[in-house]
Amino acid sequence: MTVTEQAGPPSGGGREDTPLLDLLSGFIIELRQAGLPVSLTENLDAMEAVTHIPIEDRDAFKYALGSTLVKNHSHWRTFEVVFEVYFSMRGDEYTLEGAADGEGPEGEPGPPGEGAPQGGGGAMSGLTPEQLAEMLMKALMNGDQAMLRALARQAVMRYAGMEPGRPVGGTYYLYRTLRNLDLDGVLEGLMDAARQEAPEDLTPLEERLERDEFGDRIEQLKQEIEAEIRRRLVADRGVEAMARTLRKPLPEDVDFMHASREEMAELKKAIHPLTRKLAVRLARKRRHGRKGALDFRNTIRHSLSYGGVPAEPKFRFPRPAKPEIMVVADISGSVAAFARFTLHLVYAISGQFSKVRSFVFIDGLDEVTGFFEGVEDIGEAVHRVNTEADVVWVDGHSDYGHAFGVFWERFGRDVGPKTTVMILGDARNNYHASQSWILKEMQHKARKVYWLNPEPRAYWDTGDSIVGEYSTHCEGTFEVRNLRQLEAFVEKLV
Amino acid sequence: MDFRFEDVDGVRRSLADANYLADDGIAGIVYLADRLGKPILVEGPAGTGKTQLAQSVADITGARLIRLQCYEGLDESKALYEWNYKKQLLRIQASGGDTDWSEIEDDLFSEEFLLTRPLLEAIRAEDRVLLLVDEVDRLEVETEALLLEILSEYQVSIPELGTVTATQVPLVFLTSNATRELSEALKRRCLYLYIDYPDLEREREIVMAKVPGVDANLADQVARIVRSIRQLDLKKSPSVSETLDWARTLVLLGIDKVDAQSATDTVNILLKYRTDIDKAVKEFADRPDDLVDDPT
Ligand SMILES: Nc1ncnc2c1ncn2[C@@H]1O[C@H](COP(=O)(O)OP(=O)(O)OP(=O)(O)O)[C@@H](O)[C@H]1O
Ligand SMILES: [Mg+2]
Repeated sequence: MTVTEQAGPPSGGGREDTPLLDLLSGFIIELRQAGLPVSLTENLDAMEAVTHIPIEDRDAFKYALGSTLVKNHSHWRTFEVVFEVYFSMRGDEYTLEGAADGEGPEGEPGPPGEGAPQGGGGAMSGLTPEQLAEMLMKALMNGDQAMLRALARQAVMRYAGMEPGRPVGGTYYLYRTLRNLDLDGVLEGLMDAARQEAPEDLTPLEERLERDEFGDRIEQLKQEIEAEIRRRLVADRGVEAMARTLRKPLPEDVDFMHASREEMAELKKAIHPLTRKLAVRLARKRRHGRKGALDFRNTIRHSLSYGGVPAEPKFRFPRPAKPEIMVVADISGSVAAFARFTLHLVYAISGQFSKVRSFVFIDGLDEVTGFFEGVEDIGEAVHRVNTEADVVWVDGHSDYGHAFGVFWERFGRDVGPKTTVMILGDARNNYHASQSWILKEMQHKARKVYWLNPEPRAYWDTGDSIVGEYSTHCEGTFEVRNLRQLEAFVEKLV
Repeated sequence: MDFRFEDVDGVRRSLADANYLADDGIAGIVYLADRLGKPILVEGPAGTGKTQLAQSVADITGARLIRLQCYEGLDESKALYEWNYKKQLLRIQASGGDTDWSEIEDDLFSEEFLLTRPLLEAIRAEDRVLLLVDEVDRLEVETEALLLEILSEYQVSIPELGTVTATQVPLVFLTSNATRELSEALKRRCLYLYIDYPDLEREREIVMAKVPGVDANLADQVARIVRSIRQLDLKKSPSVSETLDWARTLVLLGIDKVDAQSATDTVNILLKYRTDIDKAVKEFADRPDDLVDDPT
């Protein structure tokens, strides 16, 4: 493969009939719709990039394009999905009925790499389900990529039951296909085969490694199947419509309160860098406030512009002071999902600052700083908070007023001019007394008091929410329902 | 304009010859950076070969590596240039009181008193250079702005000397550990490359390339075990450097087949935290079926 300068883009766009640049501009529009911040410069860079890397060089093409358009790794998944919708149609015709032509691999495994079996129908469509299952098992055993791809296509044609024009999502077809393949059973079959082949009993470690390897291959097969379904849906419904159905919120826009398990795992990963940022922010802010010792060298340097007279004294930055943070978090049912996230946030924060104290409350309040200290495992800390913290006073329904009372009585004297207090909760007080005088005094003594509310702003002060009353005693009250907003809060601290 | 590379695969092959194992993404983006004359911003977990990539690309292009290591508080005088004030003071003293001041001043701010720092050095270089701005996220936002002019125009203006323009467009790599979000302006100017942990095959090849005396079988086991460990929910996953350290240790100990015992004995090279080590050791010893998924 030798590529030298080409006058125009390589011929052959994503689909036979669309020129590459048109396809690309539709692609970029869709990325923007999905929330990616693609600037004009980046758009132009992408257009230039595709003139240098031929689309046939699939992976390099994808990554090169990504490097001009995606500058934040958490957006990569979204990019990949849109890329697949726009650029996976090359070459083969995909129609739902006419897929029976093409030369299937017929017994001998398809040539690896570029010659992936075309069409997928052909000879394979004559196989019995048992024969197909056997081929699948063999292909997985040998890690035969080309064959797996062909089998994925065959499986989709057979089992997904796709009909043109039916308004059903891809997950439904995926489910139907996978149900017929029984991949859990396949994994066990593969493990049995591996055990038989081994000269002696597999040790637990060997067993684990085999299982991980097969698991990996099965995962790849699933992705092939998913991609195949998606390609067919694109063929049926068109690129734009398909991209629209697949649109999902970017990780930073996922609502804490309604995050799925998977999304929550992603969120947890994202918290850590954010708290490091928070740490830097808080430290920096103090540093700019005050002047430090005289910087002799710098003063002399500037004196040169005054003919050697040290007319303009220069100062070193003072050492950043250690910020003290108190986190007070509602962990009641109404914010349960948020609370889980909150605890991770607290944990991450305590890793960043030397002086963090954390408190959790429902209608009673307890200090949990110790649970987070020296633990390496957040799961353990969360477990202890949930089982050991003494947060229920009467009935386990939020009572902010009472919780604040306990806080003030027991820990109020520890709040000082260096303390930043962060209160996390929805301020749904079950119509108890607000005791907002406590916040007023707290604001007086503390450096800053911030309130982070996981509820949409539109719900504030409706029903039993009294966030408005509390917020009159805070330096800032922020809607924090997703990472983007949490990040904005951190930014605003400057 | 002549380019450094023929095609993507050529980049991949040259890097492999220099013992850097790149995937299609890495090779493709390096190739593109050369074609578009743009810097590459490299992010990814610690120890995945970000810095090494810059060094290896310098190797294969026969370029001299100029490295600017960033840290908080790094300023213009360390990144770009500084006037040699000691020498200047001496010059002032030597002149006595009688010379014309403006004459001295001209003299003071001439080449002779200029201390060139990495950024200026890269721009003024006559030979082939590659500029590596390592850990750019540690710079303060204000200092980051300094990079912008340089990265888009490949020139800097020095008030006393005028504008210095590069005679060539050097390859530029910036690495970041994402301790803070870099400015949009900086990102816009760069191609973005995220280097994740390598897949099984590539990690095996890295071990083969980097660990003297390792055989294919051991390299394969090492890569597999590391992959399995990375799937655990750990405080810190093993990096490529740790994989390499581990493989070297196994070779030193003369172990050619890793079993649960030898893995347990040496796992502290791969993992740093007590709880992580405990988790891994448990994985080595237990049959997968015995494990109950732990909620949370
Ligand atoms: N693809 C690779 N091919 C060969 N060696 C590699 C590769 N990736 C990493 N290494 C080796 O792993 C080690 C770590 O690489 P390096 O220091 O470049 O990581 P890094 O990403 O810059 O880490 P950090 O974030 O800590 O700065 C080096 O010894 C390097 O040679
Ligand atoms: Mg590095």
